[in-house]
Amino acid sequence: MAYQPDRSQYPQRRPDGTLDIDLTSGKYLKLWQGPQHPGITGNMSVELTVCGDEVVAGKTHVGYLHRGFEKLMERRTFIQCFPIVCRICVPEPDFNEYCYAAAVEELAGITSPERANWIRTLILEMGRINSYMMYLGGQAGSLGQGVIGQWTTYARDLMLDRFEELTGARIYHMFILPGGVRDGLPEGFKQRMEETLKEIESILKDVYNVMYCNAVFKKRTVGIGYIDPQLLDSYGITGPTARAAGVAKDVRRDQPYLVYDQLDFEPITGKDSDIYTRADVRRRDLLMSVDLIRQILAKMPDSGELMAKLPNVLHWQIPRGETYIRGECSRGEYGYYLVTDGSGYPRRVNVRGPSYTHAVALLERLIVNINIADVAALMVSLHTYPPEIER
Amino acid sequence: MSVRDLLSPFSAWKNVLRDPVTIADPLNRDAAPRYRGFHQNDIAKCIGCGTCETICQNGAIDMLPVDSVATKIGDSGLRPRIDYGRCCWCALCVDICMTGSLTMSNEYKWVDPNPDNFRFTPGIDRKSWDSAELGYQRPEQHRLTETKRIAMQELEADERIDNFAEIVAGYTVAEAKLEADRCVSCGICVATCPTHMAIPEYIAAVRDGDYERGLKILYETNPFSQVCGRVCTRKCETSCASRHEGDAIAIRWLKRHITDQVPYERYREIVGDPLPPTGKKVAIIGAGPAGLTAAFDLARLGHQVTVFEAKGAGGGMTRYGIPEYRLPYEALDRDINLILSMGVEIHYNCRIGVDRTMDSLQQDHDAVVLAIGLQQGRQTRIPQSNHERVYRAVDLLHKITANEPFELPHCAVVIGGGNVAMDIARSLARMQKQQYGVVNITVTALEEQQHFMADADEIKEALEEGVLIRDRCGPQGCEVDTGGKLIGLKTWRVVSIFDEERRFAPKYDEQDEVVHACDTVIEAIGQFSDNSLLGELLTETLEWDRGRLKIDAAGRTSEPWLWSAGDCVKGPDVVSAVADGHRVAASIHQKLQEEDR
Repeated sequence: MAYQPDRSQYPQRRPDGTLDIDLTSGKYLKLWQGPQHPGITGNMSVELTVCGDEVVAGKTHVGYLHRGFEKLMERRTFIQCFPIVCRICVPEPDFNEYCYAAAVEELAGITSPERANWIRTLILEMGRINSYMMYLGGQAGSLGQGVIGQWTTYARDLMLDRFEELTGARIYHMFILPGGVRDGLPEGFKQRMEETLKEIESILKDVYNVMYCNAVFKKRTVGIGYIDPQLLDSYGITGPTARAAGVAKDVRRDQPYLVYDQLDFEPITGKDSDIYTRADVRRRDLLMSVDLIRQILAKMPDSGELMAKLPNVLHWQIPRGETYIRGECSRGEYGYYLVTDGSGYPRRVNVRGPSYTHAVALLERLIVNINIADVAALMVSLHTYPPEIER
Repeated sequence: MSVRDLLSPFSAWKNVLRDPVTIADPLNRDAAPRYRGFHQNDIAKCIGCGTCETICQNGAIDMLPVDSVATKIGDSGLRPRIDYGRCCWCALCVDICMTGSLTMSNEYKWVDPNPDNFRFTPGIDRKSWDSAELGYQRPEQHRLTETKRIAMQELEADERIDNFAEIVAGYTVAEAKLEADRCVSCGICVATCPTHMAIPEYIAAVRDGDYERGLKILYETNPFSQVCGRVCTRKCETSCASRHEGDAIAIRWLKRHITDQVPYERYREIVGDPLPPTGKKVAIIGAGPAGLTAAFDLARLGHQVTVFEAKGAGGGMTRYGIPEYRLPYEALDRDINLILSMGVEIHYNCRIGVDRTMDSLQQDHDAVVLAIGLQQGRQTRIPQSNHERVYRAVDLLHKITANEPFELPHCAVVIGGGNVAMDIARSLARMQKQQYGVVNITVTALEEQQHFMADADEIKEALEEGVLIRDRCGPQGCEVDTGGKLIGLKTWRVVSIFDEERRFAPKYDEQDEVVHACDTVIEAIGQFSDNSLLGELLTETLEWDRGRLKIDAAGRTSEPWLWSAGDCVKGPDVVSAVADGHRVAASIHQKLQEEDR
């Protein structure tokens, strides 16, 4: 049963539909949550209007991280955009690299080689694990459980080591470039990856015991932040947030890209659509990624081309066209809309980050009538990375 | 909610008994072998092409001169300076580097109180990671530019051996676009080209398919673009950045491609009209590349130019020296006619010193240019070489072009290993095939075959056409039988060509003597200039430098009204002559303008 708010404290609406909040009455208080807040929602803030300890209205404020990436790219050649895109999402940058590369390849009529596609898939799943690890620490931290963040940061660090030896960098990998990938797997990588996966599984077991099987955590998350499944389409909700509402939306299965059609998996779903269910769906999704990485390492070819033949990248011009490339990132559907006009520069790049739909309109709706103390947990449960909102 | 939910969280206490996972000394952790850390640059390998600067999206790289590197052919003398306040370590600079000199170490720690120090020139500013072995280097298969040249369609040996048809077919539009796409537009070739053609710009015109723009760029710097598009010695390609890890861009063929693509009727309009007349008159002696280039420039500047040519047609050595299968006469005629259409007056069959005197030229004109080239063949002066069946290669080539009759040898020996030797050998081979059905030509030279002065392509094609090459043969005398008939050339095996001080002093093994049977010997060992046209008085007055006219950097002789250009004062090829023509034209124009003030 969905949470029923206490309507008696709720302010009246004026004829024009806005809330009749008289701040001078002493009944209401304005409270800023963020932009600095330990809930790891990044650099955004919510302007709360509270009545007692209950939120009656919330307004999201973004712009603290605006660097104008989409506009920057319009003044850079196609290859020069490649080092920029990863910065649009720090904890999971690889989707930017993949979606941008795939969009450029489609418009330029290039097919990335089979082996490169397997490595791309591997990198995307490794990135997903990283992103979920960061989320777990944040979700627990927003409710005061600091120790979970310590454990998952350690696990994430192990995965960063694998990223470092595969791609040559820990955070911004800059490895998937239009045409393929830079290099193959280093020697001994598969074995070290297996050790890392085992360690991650063991840590997740601990996390499950301490975070999920925890009376305090359950008390504060079960039934909070309920999203009505009927809202999904009108609010553009995708990813684990949608799957926790019982809708098996997963781009990996619905519209398989790269090599997902050769992998064995089923979308993870939940029923209750509250903070707890979303956390649980993400944990299980993480375990599925571990399994997917094992499948990829077992099935991927060890030899073959890594890069398609590119035209000279310094003079690369792409014919008129537009495309939308999407992929399933840890937070939902990630998409790149690319328009080319025959010149050496993209005419328009639009990045569809799932945080945009989740953390602005949806958050403003969900935040009403919850306790101030639960706001951080709610924000984190939507798994927001603000750079995506303000590309 | 269950009892488990109350007790389970306490399982975290098991960590009390565990070792900490914190790394005790994180500063001494080595990065992965592929880590994209601080830059290294192999200064000796780097050519300063600046491709790293071009691709850097942050503008973190500046190409700057450094003290320890001198500018030279194929090296701009600049080296990349990297600003670590801007760098994002994406390594595109390493991926695109044309020589593979730029790499990254796996070093990632650098502490410095002075922020300016983070702007440094790798390889010049010594750093602790300069010799690091690990770090990102471009993987073998990972190339952002194409390394292989697009192959040129050419006639096969059996298709070309009995005719003078042009061997090289020229690129198709699709082929030219692919070849032009390989160019990284670094422009190192521009400094190497004697006439500094705007090579990256006209290659860009090929890429864009804008051939009229390309043609305009070509004729700005080279009125012999159709000639140079076929027979240029292409020094540009020896300094091309692409040749370091692949084939050089086919700059010469792309130039030719532009001239092939634009209809000849459009040339005159694209090149444009000359400036209004200035009333100044210039005489030019010799209608070769140097003379006609000077004529083209001066006529376009509005001066009244008259060219005096001793032979029946213009072009100089490009017509009378280069065989038709390398440079068809129509291509040469098109370039010459374009030059003449600028209002240049030309007198053929007019020999200075015979038909007109230098004095009269001086009196009738404001300036005179001497561009008579190297028309006389050098002689070996070996015993019996004054026999009537011993020819100079340039004389025979002239006869072939001018259609003058001569007795085609059944069996000829050529002395010399340069391009002229190959030209005469291959021309005679074709004529022998036409008339006798068999080729019987031997080329002898002092050098080993791989050190011949001739282009490698020329040697390869000559061999394909049936020409025999005998290297390391020093000519010692012609063999004549009792009836006075030439029967062979005697050679000794060459032991060494130069002495310890690198002076020309060939040593022979006299025991290793070979007589090459033949009915004709052809000397192709170089040419010299015939300066008799100057007359005794002028020859006395002018200053000379080891047998050549002494000129300054602008081509001025010691006489204020006389300039000299081309092979007769500087060598040795068409494009250098064109460059020389531009130089004297600029100098004359400046002088004529000064007179007006």
